[in-house]
Amino acid sequence: MSTNLVLLAILMFAVTYPTRAFGLLTPGLDRLPRIAFDYLQLVGPAVLAALAAVSVMVVVGDDDVPSFHVGIEWVGVFVCLAIVARRRNLFLGLIAAILIVVIAREAGYAGLPA
Amino acid sequence: MSTIVFAGAAQFAAVGYVASGLAWPGIILLTALLNARHLLYSAALAPWLRDVPTARRAVMAHFLADESFALAISHFRRLGRGDERGYWFAAVVATFIPWNLATLAGVILGAQIPDPARLGIDVIFPAAMIGLAVGLITGRRELVAAIVGAGIAVVVALATSPAIGIVAGGILGPAIGLLVPASIAAETAPLGALESADRSLMPDSHVDVDPDPPRDPPGSDAAPP
Repeated sequence: MSTNLVLLAILMFAVTYPTRAFGLLTPGLDRLPRIAFDYLQLVGPAVLAALAAVSVMVVVGDDDVPSFHVGIEWVGVFVCLAIVARRRNLFLGLIAAILIVVIAREAGYAGLPA
Repeated sequence: MSTIVFAGAAQFAAVGYVASGLAWPGIILLTALLNARHLLYSAALAPWLRDVPTARRAVMAHFLADESFALAISHFRRLGRGDERGYWFAAVVATFIPWNLATLAGVILGAQIPDPARLGIDVIFPAAMIGLAVGLITGRRELVAAIVGAGIAVVVALATSPAIGIVAGGILGPAIGLLVPASIAAETAPLGALESADRSLMPDSHVDVDPDPPRDPPGSDAAPP
């Protein structure tokens, strides 16, 4: 990595760290009313599900325009979800998701990601 | 970059933007947008880690990522209290060290893999995220927040950008989830037991509410079911 990219990494850290530290270091944020605490406990599932959904359903093209994507990745992610929900085993779910995607692509049923 | 920034989505995006020649201010702005969800993570963790000294919390903040958050908060909810050692394990041992070792392996060996997409590597991130989300769903409130958050995220991402969509889903999903009555959320916790409802209690708020507990017959030392 060149010196320039190290500087870029430091700048990226400078805008990332405050978002991570805000909640942990802001006085009083740890003594929220019950409704706020309940809200924050729902943030985890909502953000993680949002990350997963956007990752498999939205593709940004070369023109920077997001578009809806349907593909074998949906099946892989859904199977992973089902396995984790039923067996509580994320590792098994990931292996199943990868196998489904790899086999479908190798067999020609699905294309490689853009 | 993996050590200093420690944010996978932003790193992937930055590499792409650098390669395409995007100006640095644009990369910095997009990094800030992509990582804005950490605001929500740190606020959600704050009540569980309030007893940790400020200096240590400042260090903890650097290791806060999607995976470390999900592992730590599910651990706290299972325990019903914060656990500093558990956070360090989730953040450093389970996330930071493997992420950096894998980055190093990618730098050294990556060129020898002709087409990583053929290995299905692209499906690992969304599959891991949905798996971690499932681990946090202990009732209808969480389920509604996750489904609504995902739906809103996709719609907003298509209309604006993926980074904004994720933040919108993360903010609005829980707001809709709160509309589900708390009693139902507790009743439908997966284990169907009092302990499962306790997972969502505020730290240190456990109270014995049964004013007249049933008395065991004399001589009985059987554990409750």
